[in-house]
Amino acid sequence: MTENTKIIENATCTFCGCVCDDMILTVDLDEKKIIKSKNACVLGRAWFAEHTIEEDAPAAMIDGKEVSIEEAIEEAAQTLTKAKFPITYGLSDTTCEAQRQAVAITDRIKGNIDTTTSVCHGPSGLAFQGVGESTSTLGEVKNRADLVIYWGGNPAESHPRHFGRYAVTPKGMFTPRGKKDRTVVLVDVRKTKSSPVADILIRPKPGKDFEVLWALRALVKGKKLSDDIEERTGVPLAVLQDLSDRMKNCRFGVLFFGMGLTMTRGRHFNSGALLALATDLNEFTHFVAKPVRGHGNVTGADNVVSWQTGYPFGVNFSRGYPRFNPGEFTTVDTLANAHADAAMIIASDPASNFPKKAIQHLKSIPIVVLDTKCTETSKDAHVAFRTSTYGINTTGTVYRMDDVPITLRPAFESPFPDDETILKGINKRVNELMLAKHYASGASGEVKVAAPV
Amino acid sequence: MSAAMRIVNGKVYDPANNIDGKIKEICIQDGKIVDSVPEDATVIDAQGMVIMPGGVDIHCHIAGPKVNAARKLQPEDHRHDVHPGTPFTRSGTGGTVPSTFATGYRYATLGYTTAMEAAVTPIGARHTLEEFHDTPVIDKGFYVLLGENIFLQNLLREKRMEEFNEAVAWWINATKAYTVKLVNPGGDEPWKGKKNSNVSDIDEQTDEGLTPRQIIEAFIKSVDKQGFPHPPHIHCNNLGHSGNYITTLETMKTAGDMRAHIAHIQFHSYGGELGKNPVSKAAEIVDYVDNHPNITCDVGQVMFGKSTIMTADAPLAYVLKGHSKGKWVNADTECESGCGILPFNYQEHIYMHTLQWAIGLEIFLMAKDPWRVILSTDHPNGGSFMNYPKLIKLLMDKAFRHEEMKRVNQKALENCSLRDLDREFTLNEIAIITRAGPARALGLKNKGHLGVGADADITIYDEMDDKEMMFNAPRYVIKSGKTIIGNHEFITDFIGKLLHITPEYDKKIEEVVQPFFESYYSIEFSNYAVDDSYLHDHEIIATGKASS
Ligand code: SF4
Ligand SMILES: [Zn+2]
Repeated sequence: MTENTKIIENATCTFCGCVCDDMILTVDLDEKKIIKSKNACVLGRAWFAEHTIEEDAPAAMIDGKEVSIEEAIEEAAQTLTKAKFPITYGLSDTTCEAQRQAVAITDRIKGNIDTTTSVCHGPSGLAFQGVGESTSTLGEVKNRADLVIYWGGNPAESHPRHFGRYAVTPKGMFTPRGKKDRTVVLVDVRKTKSSPVADILIRPKPGKDFEVLWALRALVKGKKLSDDIEERTGVPLAVLQDLSDRMKNCRFGVLFFGMGLTMTRGRHFNSGALLALATDLNEFTHFVAKPVRGHGNVTGADNVVSWQTGYPFGVNFSRGYPRFNPGEFTTVDTLANAHADAAMIIASDPASNFPKKAIQHLKSIPIVVLDTKCTETSKDAHVAFRTSTYGINTTGTVYRMDDVPITLRPAFESPFPDDETILKGINKRVNELMLAKHYASGASGEVKVAAPV
Repeated sequence: MSAAMRIVNGKVYDPANNIDGKIKEICIQDGKIVDSVPEDATVIDAQGMVIMPGGVDIHCHIAGPKVNAARKLQPEDHRHDVHPGTPFTRSGTGGTVPSTFATGYRYATLGYTTAMEAAVTPIGARHTLEEFHDTPVIDKGFYVLLGENIFLQNLLREKRMEEFNEAVAWWINATKAYTVKLVNPGGDEPWKGKKNSNVSDIDEQTDEGLTPRQIIEAFIKSVDKQGFPHPPHIHCNNLGHSGNYITTLETMKTAGDMRAHIAHIQFHSYGGELGKNPVSKAAEIVDYVDNHPNITCDVGQVMFGKSTIMTADAPLAYVLKGHSKGKWVNADTECESGCGILPFNYQEHIYMHTLQWAIGLEIFLMAKDPWRVILSTDHPNGGSFMNYPKLIKLLMDKAFRHEEMKRVNQKALENCSLRDLDREFTLNEIAIITRAGPARALGLKNKGHLGVGADADITIYDEMDDKEMMFNAPRYVIKSGKTIIGNHEFITDFIGKLLHITPEYDKKIEEVVQPFFESYYSIEFSNYAVDDSYLHDHEIIATGKASS
């Protein structure tokens, strides 16, 4: 450790959707390293500690050869404008400012844009469109919730501070004794590291979440259940009845749900059943629900894509306006169906985690990649940019899982530009190229104001 | 092309400068209206056309967390109403809650150049400002929800009024807002904390030891003292309930002779017994407004067809959910606000909907002073802003109005006096309720008129008999001196700016606010206030007690 250190207070961790903004970072400015991250959980500490800069990595490459950033921007713009079905994907690990540029580019080139939502909480998005959602910010949970239910998730390992900072132990306005003022229920098919936090543990048979949720909806409405409910779901009727009573009689209840619910059998039907249950309960008391979102700014991506296009993910501009069709315009599908003929991947590594068929096609088309590190996807990229890390090297906006926007406080400078800067460059160039195409096609864009007399 | 422009031969409607349809030259330089321009200035020949200042929407919902939730909620609303891009403009989707780009361009295509988002939670300010940056052409600002702010209510209960004033000013600065918004004062805590209940009377003492009236009075006084350009923008208690006109009158009386703006007053002008069908009390409401120059209001006209309810009045949205039986969003914001959203449809054959439609029209047609009774549909609550041209036709064209009246619930028409109202608005009066009036109510001295020094926000319409057609398609729209729409086509893009205020406050108030944050908010105090990087292009409107 050198003398040359700096403390950044109230910095934000973007590693998971908790987006904790109370980090106190100690930065070694000579080593360009965060040496201490007070208040961070294990995941957050690792995220900050592992972040070092590979000074000598090239900032931009074309086909694996180092080039200037300008050359790479030019090539990226050319590649994207020439394509007939260019796709943009990723976006959840970058700032809203960068996301806005990415949508703008895709709009101009009449491409297809999709975010990692389509492979995590996409079903929750669809369920939301179907039934709506009663929800709240996390501070409201901290202040008011006396019944907290987690369904299909393991926050102790995926969102380690969710319990301590927002939902279980914190003392709030109407929960002055913290956990003592709350009942915590965990519904999961497995026993996990999160289990010990629960006052009540419910373990349905795998793949039976929908049935359990639907049974609860019936009980809440005062309907009778058939006797074989335990046989079918693995949950005794008495347990369901008890939970139903607790839900109806609490003062402020919350249902958090994770990918154990959204990505298992039933998918958006599961999320829909859970959202409908929370809605039903408002007849009796105040009740909210909230997906526990993963990546740092996936919620920001949903928001940006929605405000610019009207739809949260899986959006296609080929007709000159946004269309939404998950299953067609979601990236796994545009790739597996071999529709895409060029791709811009931002802060994501589909080549390492997509289905085989999709990866095969991805590897056969020109790819433009923006990433902070070398990835499976960037290895094969036609144009690769190395960018700085949001929240560590650059400022910008991220949205917490409850849609609360937070401004990032960077810790130290990176020699690499940020995503927004690169995307702005591509956007500008793409715009010029598309306008040139427009004029070349004989169309007139001349200002049609009456000529000077 | 130089920045100078001259518009000749057009009929000018500029009520703020007492110009009513006179042929007059308008000169523009560097984004402002000037006395004269050099010979070589660009000329627009407006022969046969009507020239008005750009429209100003004083109350709409176009950006921020609740608007975006409503967008996400309704793919079915976007699908049938796409908004293709042009080589100069971005694409988007429409429906009752258009995407940001479509919102800006569509306002422009109606000749509107300024719009105020009427309800933003403080914690959602950053989000709203981001969306504003993607909302082209128009200038915009927002009203920040402070009425249900628990910290401010605590100060109020403890009668710490000096600190209350300082904290209001701090919050306005921290969020870059234009004024304060109150929604169903006192109703948030019963909703969130007492099993979805509500307050029902302006003098009802809540468990928190405050009445809605005390909250209203405190904000009116505070804003008056600090001289904000626009007074508290108030959504009264009991919205939509039969008999609520009493609450509305009482709310206005609470202001004494201080300024107050009553939002979407149509929804608050109902007589009759609670739980039964309402009757019109438009006359009583208009009478009060006409005789109290300190009061301004916007109408919140209902237009038949699809709408989207989005409101910080969560209990109201829940009541409406009971009628619509469809999807519904509730969204609580910690320490600050509630929110309800649902798709809605106003139908001619339904008594209530027709009565609402009729009461709105009555209010317009009965008001003696159009300057303070401003055109709005509470977009998208009463219907989309895209209905404004049709609404204008309803006001200007008696024959059309009577045709429309044949198609609605006749029983409802019997419980109001719309059939007896023969008034037809003039173009000058339309210019008042869509331009000059809202600009004056907002304290925007450079908007809503075409005098020297005004912002060069100008709309030029072809004069037509069919007023809906006329107001639907301006031939030219000029924003900040730039021609955005020329010959009905977008010829360039433009971002527009944020309008906000920066009232002075004593920094020490932060030491009072901070401990509350640390206990009850889930984000850090120092990450709460929005920094200047979110402003982009902006204009600070002066505060301070006006002498007039
Ligand atoms: S909970 Fe998530 S956001 Fe918070 S410190 Fe841990 S990894 Fe970071
Ligand atoms: Zn409103």
